[in-house]
Amino acid sequence: MYKIAVVGDRDSILGFQALGLSVFPVKTAEEARVQVNQLAKEDYAIIYLTEQLGQQLADVLSRYENQVTPAIILIPGKEGSLGIGMKNITSAVERAVGADIL
Amino acid sequence: MPSATVNATRMELTRLKGRLKTAVRGHKLLKDKRDELMKQFLEVIQENRAIRRRVEEGMTRAHGSFTVASALMSPESLEQALLYPKQSVELELSFRNVMSVNVPVYHFQTHGGQGGDVYPYGFATTSCEVDGAVEALSSVFQDMLKLAQVEKTSQLLAEEIEKTRRRVNALEYVVIPRTQENIKYISMKLEENERNNIIRLMKVKDMLLAEAIEEKRQQDQKTLQPPL
Repeated sequence: MYKIAVVGDRDSILGFQALGLSVFPVKTAEEARVQVNQLAKEDYAIIYLTEQLGQQLADVLSRYENQVTPAIILIPGKEGSLGIGMKNITSAVERAVGADIL
Repeated sequence: MPSATVNATRMELTRLKGRLKTAVRGHKLLKDKRDELMKQFLEVIQENRAIRRRVEEGMTRAHGSFTVASALMSPESLEQALLYPKQSVELELSFRNVMSVNVPVYHFQTHGGQGGDVYPYGFATTSCEVDGAVEALSSVFQDMLKLAQVEKTSQLLAEEIEKTRRRVNALEYVVIPRTQENIKYISMKLEENERNNIIRLMKVKDMLLAEAIEEKRQQDQKTLQPPL
């Protein structure tokens, strides 16, 4: 049985607590790095991370990118979408095809 | 350019021919695999973009309501309202095999919160904006799970395609041409050796013939000279 975690600043992720997800509020990117690594070791299959933190944790994201679990998914934080998630899709296409064909 | 270390022997030639055959077949198979992966990947990517757009819109809406709610309520009471969830989510993970890439498939189950009632608090002390935010989040939650699945799939597929593409290119532009070059080199070398051998035999034959003629002539001269 796997669990779902949400990592981000308190205001962005508080609502997910009501849905029954595990919420891990962090303040700095450093805290988030430790938290995500910790969660990856436990049985969390999906970790939602706010884009604001995600853009500072590119190394962590790329480390787990090619592993089946956990899936680290970027979600927009309370400041709104930064377009990083969309950019990652484009970069995945570039990686696979060798050019941006979309 | 054939590498200098290649042995110009018949055995090596047979070995290289076998390898070339394997390489060509492998190249064809990998190319097919790449094409099929690409087809799957493009489908997944389209879906990924659509879902991500939906999720980001939904989240932005939820955050909007949340910001208003946190302005209307004290942080403590807001947190208290959301502290103890009514429903819990359990995630089941299985795998789907796409061209020998294992991609995750998530099944999730919620416990509690019957009849779409996800609000873990009484309505008396909270602002209605919280209801809106929670409602928006719970409606986008399905898509978020879908997004996780699709995005992970696209990442894994992208990696596999990259690997396969490299292999195809390595076979097509390095391994196969080099093996062909070596085969050509060896077979030419062997032919050359064969010609050398023939020439050598012809020379030897000439020499033996000359020797025999010389001997014969001397014998004839001996018999022709009258005994003294």
